[in-house]
Amino acid sequence: MPNYLSIDTSAHASVALIDADTGAVIAAHTSPKGNDQTETLAGYVRDLMADHGQQGPELAGVIVGVGPGPFTGLRVGLVAARTFGFVWQVPVHGVMSLHALAERVLELDEIPEEFIVASDARRKEVYWATYNRQGALTDGPHVAAAATLPALPVYGVGAGIYEEALREAGAAPQPESFAWIAESAYLAKHGLKDLAAGKDLSNTAPQYLRESDAQVPAFMKQAQAKEATA
Amino acid sequence: MSTKEPVVLGIESSCDETGVGIVRGTQLLANAVSSSMDEHVRFGGVIPEIAARAHLEAFVPTLQQALDTAKLTLDDIDAIAVTSGPGLAGALMVGVSAAKALALATGKPLYGINHLVAHVGVGVLEGTVLPPTFGALLVSGGHTEILKVTSLTKDVQLLGSTIDDAAGEAYDKVARLLGLGYPGGPAIDKAAKDGDRKAFRFPRGLSLPKFVGSAENPGKHRNNFSFSGLKTAVARCVEHFEAAGEPIPVADIAASFQEAVVDVITSKAVRAMVENNLTTVLLGGGVAANTRLRELLAARCASAGIALVVPPFSLCTDNGGMVAALGAQLVADGAKPSGLEFATDSSQPVTQIVLTH
Ligand SMILES: [Zn+2]
Repeated sequence: MPNYLSIDTSAHASVALIDADTGAVIAAHTSPKGNDQTETLAGYVRDLMADHGQQGPELAGVIVGVGPGPFTGLRVGLVAARTFGFVWQVPVHGVMSLHALAERVLELDEIPEEFIVASDARRKEVYWATYNRQGALTDGPHVAAAATLPALPVYGVGAGIYEEALREAGAAPQPESFAWIAESAYLAKHGLKDLAAGKDLSNTAPQYLRESDAQVPAFMKQAQAKEATA
Repeated sequence: MSTKEPVVLGIESSCDETGVGIVRGTQLLANAVSSSMDEHVRFGGVIPEIAARAHLEAFVPTLQQALDTAKLTLDDIDAIAVTSGPGLAGALMVGVSAAKALALATGKPLYGINHLVAHVGVGVLEGTVLPPTFGALLVSGGHTEILKVTSLTKDVQLLGSTIDDAAGEAYDKVARLLGLGYPGGPAIDKAAKDGDRKAFRFPRGLSLPKFVGSAENPGKHRNNFSFSGLKTAVARCVEHFEAAGEPIPVADIAASFQEAVVDVITSKAVRAMVENNLTTVLLGGGVAANTRLRELLAARCASAGIALVVPPFSLCTDNGGMVAALGAQLVADGAKPSGLEFATDSSQPVTQIVLTH
């Protein structure tokens, strides 16, 4: 019975082994820290696989979170997932990381008609998306100041960090979710649904949502203007 | 595995080149490099986030290309080496994460190694025989160092380095001032060909007696470099012509600037070799392609009786082959692998040749 390896580093380093037929979580581990992806990820995968006698080439595939999330950590997971896929010759499926938070909302007793999930985008902003009661994405992902979000219930760590700004904007941050970050087990849950529905998840391009910080320095603009007119 | 001639795959991502090289012992089998340099041109310098994004996209294709060139599969590889530092943190992390995943997936040992020592390690490739103890001068966009190599795998010492900009950075900044484009090294080298290198006397950083001292009583910066004052002096010079409404003598300024850089680098490097009884010096780093640097260094080495070794240019710029070359030396020497838990170190000292478990 093949399993999926699931990896998400859009928040913390998070790994899981998932039964491909039943969707059951065989084992999962998430780092308590948000800045140790490079150091921990490979060791987590090694331990997860060894503990369950899992051979890489026998995996059904790798499910990887493509963000949005802080860029450096996000890349650590993506380059690892692509490398595993290359070496083991198994497919790599990209899943938007906010889906992991939405899956968690679907486990609540009462699910709102429409809701927002939000993660921390730093710089006083959140990564966010809206979902309907069935857990289907209705808008996003976006990156924006918390104060600009629509007046809906908000779940996820972003809701806790920007609770005040969200309330002022008329949104309803949900305290039970203030510790929720993207976890690979929930990410895989969404991925398996998409695969079962026949969706193509072969795109593993990172969802940066922001341009690289690069700005053309003023003196270069002058130089380019000179060249252009010359 | 053959411990004498191990097949090592090296991964480099410390700046703007994604490199994967494969070496068998001291024989280079492949050296695939993907550069994001073109994406940095309009900024006049390396933008770390652009470099890191490019590493992610380039890694697997570059790995595939290296294996194809070497006509090997991953089964043929004995060990993997990766640059763990020094370099740009976000860029290093892509290469190190990829290397860890590769090591785990293939079951091969992984070595996290020093980028600067790898620039020296490339010197053993292609049949070059280095003496047991020698010196190295590294000049690039990211570094300017004088090293003493007692053992490539066990004992490397920093004799001197820049206290502010790297030489290549100074070239980039001055090239911008003169409107010569990026990268600055080749642009200035070219412009300088038609210029008079004695037209302007620009400062040689950290050359005053209080910094240099004497051989017996060396000053704090005897072997160190500083290029920020030089850059400011060039800026003043350009401003002077602009304010006077006169055309800027680009070729003369380029030639005089280059002479100031190359003069101070070569004189300090050769003096350091002599004072440390080093009779061979290896030149590495991207600025090794600079014609005036090679010319003056060759002349000064010759008069001091020092042998100069310059690897082929493709091995002087950042590449995976140099990482593989040093990795193979470490494996052959019985070094312990670094494991899967090490962190990148953006300011890894040269004394740390390989990260210990
Ligand atoms: Zn370098």
